[in-house]
Amino acid sequence: MNSSSGKSYMSTASSSVIWKAGGDVVADQFPAGLRVLVVDDDPTCLMILEKMLKACQYNVTKCNRAETALSMLRENRNGFDIVISDVHMPDMDGFKLLEHIGLEMDLPVIMMSADDGKNVVMKGVTHGACDYLIKPVRIEALKNIWQHVVRKRKNEWKDFEQSGSVEEGDRQPKQSEDADYSSSANEGNWKSSKRRKDDEDENDERDDTSTLKKPRVVWSVELHQQFVAAVNQLGIEKAVPKKILELMNVPGLTRENVASHLQKYRLYLRRLSGVSQHPSNLNNSFMNPQDATFGPLDLQALAATGQLPAQSLATLQAAGLGRSTAKSGIPMPLVDQRNIFSFENPKLRFGEAQQHVNNNKQMNLLHGIPTTMEPKQLAGLHHTAQSMGNMNMPVLSHGSQSSQNNPLLMQMAQPQARGQMLNDSTVGLAPRLLSPMGQPMLSNGMATNVSTRNGVPENIRAPSYNPVSQTSSMLNFPMNHTSELPGNSFPLVSTPGISNLAPKVAFQEDVNSEIKGSVGFMPSYDIFNDLT
Amino acid sequence: MEVGQMQRRLVDYTKSLFMEGFLDAQFLQLQQLQDESNPDFVVEVVSLFFDDSEKLLNDLTMALDQPNVDFKKVDAHVHQLKGSSSSIGAQRVKNACIAFRSFCEEQNIDATLRCLQQVKQEYYLVKNKLETMLRLEQQIVAAGGSIPMIELGF
Repeated sequence: MNSSSGKSYMSTASSSVIWKAGGDVVADQFPAGLRVLVVDDDPTCLMILEKMLKACQYNVTKCNRAETALSMLRENRNGFDIVISDVHMPDMDGFKLLEHIGLEMDLPVIMMSADDGKNVVMKGVTHGACDYLIKPVRIEALKNIWQHVVRKRKNEWKDFEQSGSVEEGDRQPKQSEDADYSSSANEGNWKSSKRRKDDEDENDERDDTSTLKKPRVVWSVELHQQFVAAVNQLGIEKAVPKKILELMNVPGLTRENVASHLQKYRLYLRRLSGVSQHPSNLNNSFMNPQDATFGPLDLQALAATGQLPAQSLATLQAAGLGRSTAKSGIPMPLVDQRNIFSFENPKLRFGEAQQHVNNNKQMNLLHGIPTTMEPKQLAGLHHTAQSMGNMNMPVLSHGSQSSQNNPLLMQMAQPQARGQMLNDSTVGLAPRLLSPMGQPMLSNGMATNVSTRNGVPENIRAPSYNPVSQTSSMLNFPMNHTSELPGNSFPLVSTPGISNLAPKVAFQEDVNSEIKGSVGFMPSYDIFNDLT
Repeated sequence: MEVGQMQRRLVDYTKSLFMEGFLDAQFLQLQQLQDESNPDFVVEVVSLFFDDSEKLLNDLTMALDQPNVDFKKVDAHVHQLKGSSSSIGAQRVKNACIAFRSFCEEQNIDATLRCLQQVKQEYYLVKNKLETMLRLEQQIVAAGGSIPMIELGF
């Protein structure tokens, strides 16, 4: 475990990050001096990259074999800030290297390849790469890689700092650690993502410790083996940080260390099995705002958390209660897209519930998206609302409103898609899904920045989707919440979910008649059980 | 030939390489990376590319010469060549590699053999061109002149 002589984290948000490297402090020259390890078996590319990185004023170490790179990293844990690695290497698969680095050293890793196939890029995402560069790499692409380092530090710092913060206050009380990923979705408790629990746990423990900063634990191979042994002994389902910690019996290791490592490990396993057991991980950010409102759609709470624009709230409530039936058009202000989206998040859940219940109701999006709602539709809504109980969120779009509904649909699809995202090969679409619509999905400063640089959309089966732009901001919304998650795993994992929209989107066509949860959303989100 | 003339010749020659698609913008990036601290950068990288490519082409020839062709291996080599040629800016070689890869996927032995020929041809062409260009540059420098920076529309 690193003692405090390792990197010290100061405010990472600005360029005043101080990088300690063997005693050299390079402050305020950042990102100059960034220590990059570049791994590529192609000597031509390696040489070019080295030159480019040097031109960016980075401190470059090059390496043509993955094994060598790993041992370099192991010997000198704090010697590097970021790793750039090729995907196809003879001695070790680039993704394997990525995993190792993620597990053992937790450094940001950028993958690169001449291969721009979406599957490969997706693999990068799921394996936790913080970026993916397509060869030939241009120097401009390298100029900004420092952002990944800062981002990661920032996220880690934030983790350490969370103790009794406002965010925590909104969250539900700490849940039993025993809740597994897969079961948490069933518990109808969206927030029960492991991450959240970890945060809460960490916070609890934080109260006990007086230090804000936790020294970084280095997960060496031996330590990791011990960890894995402990996990296997307990059984992956029952492996909780506390017990793992006890079994491992490593002095100086804290429960939080184990918890965050466990989370990564679980993601890793899930990736291996290709099945996402539960998307709640991804939902994490979505969940946060909605904690308390999960079951019944509590518009009030939503509004309170700032998620629901007041106007929309009023409108929804009115619509829900059928009070506005008299009006032929709901005066929905055109809420700014971002706003809609923040609003959307909670809706995601609701949307699903809606699907359940409202099969042939015409639903309309009442939340700030200007709709020309006909009285008939209102009535439909009303009807819907009644049948749904408190769900008055229109979920699926009626034909005439398809364009507006699309984004909602897409959003809704997202969380659900997440459940499947790992399975679905179309997951690779994630970054691409929105691109045809002209907006790079991750354009808004998401925590993950898997910038594929190819806007090749695929599989976007719902051509009628215009409001991709909305979706992208929507996507961004949850992303913002990813900061709590360790490093890359969260955001990276969530993006794929979005891509799943594509296949799910197809069900748009069915939407008018039947909003079927069966389209695939349902299984992942058992929230419906609670709602219905 | 005096320096000015040589420089003009170089500029024209280099431009033609871009126009004819032998080189693309990536090569410009390399040229821009060259500076006083590293005045032979382009020559070094290009030489590295030549050595590496020739090895790859040999490997490819051998791999395709087997009774049972291992297309995965072939694909891996082509992928590598694609990567390095694109990093250098050898556009036509890169394009030939792309075509090559698709035939590898189909496991089409005849087509891949043809592709190999194509790639080799493009490679030797660009090698020739680059060597000529670099020789011109050398002559200019030897005569005390400086290498003019090429500015292209793209």
